[in-house]
Amino acid sequence: MMTFTLWDILRNLLLAARWTVVLSLVSFVGGGLLGMALLYLRIGKARAGRIFVQGYVELFQGTPLLMQLFLAFFGLGLFGIDVPAWLAAGLALILWTAAFLVEIWRGCVESVACGQWEASASLGMGYVQQMRYVILPQAVRVAVPPTVGFSVQVVKGTALTSIIGFVELSKAGTVVTNATFEPFTVYGLVALIYFALCWPLSKSSQILERKLNVAHRDH
Amino acid sequence: MTYRFDYSWIAEYWPVILKGLVTTVELTLIGTLFGVALGIACAWTRSLGPRWLRPPVVAYVELIRNTPFLIQLFFIFFGLPSLGVQMTEFQAAVLAMVVNLGAYSGEIIRAGIEATPRGQFEAGASLAMTRFETFRHVVLIPALQRIWPALSSQIVIVMLGSAVVSQIAAEDITFAANFIQSRTFRAFESYFLTTGLYLLLALALRQALRGVGRMLFPRRAAR
Repeated sequence: MMTFTLWDILRNLLLAARWTVVLSLVSFVGGGLLGMALLYLRIGKARAGRIFVQGYVELFQGTPLLMQLFLAFFGLGLFGIDVPAWLAAGLALILWTAAFLVEIWRGCVESVACGQWEASASLGMGYVQQMRYVILPQAVRVAVPPTVGFSVQVVKGTALTSIIGFVELSKAGTVVTNATFEPFTVYGLVALIYFALCWPLSKSSQILERKLNVAHRDH
Repeated sequence: MTYRFDYSWIAEYWPVILKGLVTTVELTLIGTLFGVALGIACAWTRSLGPRWLRPPVVAYVELIRNTPFLIQLFFIFFGLPSLGVQMTEFQAAVLAMVVNLGAYSGEIIRAGIEATPRGQFEAGASLAMTRFETFRHVVLIPALQRIWPALSSQIVIVMLGSAVVSQIAAEDITFAANFIQSRTFRAFESYFLTTGLYLLLALALRQALRGVGRMLFPRRAAR
């Protein structure tokens, strides 16, 4: 029987953690872009667009991410595509991330006081100008901390992709456990690596909240 | 796309799905009850409790909030037995949910407690209430009322997150879906149906929590 040192275990986990990082980045950036497009519809004037985004959010926030992954994995297959796990994982995570980001950002845009809209309108600004020069600069300040905070959820969400067979940190944990029969050590290390990825994000979200919230404090 | 949807298996397999549904509801109920209780204990410790107890609670909350539920579950189910703690799949699933919700709800409830005006504590003390009585009657209930919407969303998130417990073979809805797709090879239909079930469950849970909120905090309705 082969013996594994702690370093063997840790090295394999760290190699797999790269894929957790890559998938998190892809999901967050992709979800962010899709989220912006959805936000445009959500706060826009067209009723159909608003209702569509509401339905989208309800659907993706009201069902388990795991089920979305399964549906992406088996659903894409229905179109006759041979679906690799990374494609289904990336697609489902992007759609899921967008559903949460659009709601976070909508709250931020709506948190800008009504008077700001009226004031900018009275200065003769059009909708695009109002957004560009008055509303968005203020909304972005409010949006940064919760957005960074949500990135933690994205990193943790990638763990579920191991279930449809994408090899990242969690999957590597299972594989290494099956080889070493040391679940306590291996899953403990996996948890610590996730913690090392997520905690700086959580912490910076808290610090940003304190820093960027100066304008709204004591109001 | 020439795929034909086939739901003929429902006639044979609906009891499996029903059993999964019952398990998911049970997990959610027990997990929520004990999870929120643990959350209240954590919130009390962090904002009012003895100082020496605070660092361990902070460590627990940070650790849980920054690691995936799946790994917490695996650690409890596969890792703890090597320390001599044996559990069934259901017990491990419940424990993981309680530990998870405990950390999240602790943070939410703490926010509610810390928003309590100082005068409330002093008013409680001036009525000769003990510190515990003040906490129980004066601080906790309004704090819960304040954060009830946030707590409700977190409970729904935990319910949806419970889909993962199928991975340790706890027989919830997702487990039923996996079971059916492995027998019938109707993977998409099986997951599509159960996803719809989760959506309904999430909507129902949100309504139920709103009802519980109205029951627990009747004063708001009277106002």
